[in-house]
Amino acid sequence: MKARYLIPLGIFLALVILLGVGLTLDPREVPSPFIGKPAPEFRLPRLNQPDQTIGPGDMKGQVWLLNVWASWCVSCRAEHKVVNALAKTGEVTVVGLNYKDEPDDARSWLAALGNPYLASAMDREGRVGIDWGVYGVPETFVIDRQGIIRYKHIGPITQASLQEKILPLVRRLKGES
Amino acid sequence: MRYGWLLPLLLLSVSAFARIEVHSFDSPEQEATYKELIDELRCLVCQNQNLADSNADLAKDLRRQTYEMIKGGAGKQDVIDYMVQRYGDFVLYRPPLKRSTLLLWAGPFIILGIGVLVLMQYIRRRRREAPPNLSREDHERASQLLNDKKS
Repeated sequence: MKARYLIPLGIFLALVILLGVGLTLDPREVPSPFIGKPAPEFRLPRLNQPDQTIGPGDMKGQVWLLNVWASWCVSCRAEHKVVNALAKTGEVTVVGLNYKDEPDDARSWLAALGNPYLASAMDREGRVGIDWGVYGVPETFVIDRQGIIRYKHIGPITQASLQEKILPLVRRLKGES
Repeated sequence: MRYGWLLPLLLLSVSAFARIEVHSFDSPEQEATYKELIDELRCLVCQNQNLADSNADLAKDLRRQTYEMIKGGAGKQDVIDYMVQRYGDFVLYRPPLKRSTLLLWAGPFIILGIGVLVLMQYIRRRRREAPPNLSREDHERASQLLNDKKS
């Protein structure tokens, strides 16, 4: 009958494991339903040349990143160094989606911190953001040559996430025809 | 009444500062659908609030999106499909029953079942226990005590 007294201990341990696993999960990382789906089309004016437009259609045939940013977003500032460094290597083209921002603020933000983007699309009302399922800026999408979204990174890109997740994926996608 | 001047302050409720969005609908049905939707859709920024309660920018945008779709003649399911396509099942406060959500739906009933089983076993064991053995004197004392109380 000794074993009976071990039952509460067993339940306790099971709970500890369950809650422990729960602690390591990030509830802010909502799995994106877009992975493996075509990138939603848009055509928006460019931040630095408002008379010209940019959209995913321009990027067909390339592996590219869409980085959602805003001058009001603090974590964007944090990741900007990493994005700048990435653009400098020339390994992958980064397109910006300037999300719900004032164009003047956004332009001076880029002037001060550096502009890693091929161009930034101006999404002043956040409609393209909704179309892409954006909910927490910054977010970064990896899009392959066929225009399919292959990965979504939520939150600031760190050196670690770049080296471990994004760049290996980009290299693999570039290898695909 | 030294503090009489405080009275008007009481009348200034906090809700007076809450922002109110004015929407006009073509029919009461549309309005009802809109209200149902913003009640059932989750704001992804403040994850424990629905669109109706949240003041986050994203919630405002999603309310606007919902409003525009409803106004344009979309039905409830159209809006839900639109949101799920973009944000996944997570956006629904009432998630669909699928394999990945099975535990979510069945979990409470499983736990209830376990509780009932444990309770039944406990009761059964109690019943099996023999009633305490009382001697004659104990019985007499007990009835005396009971009778005492009556008088």
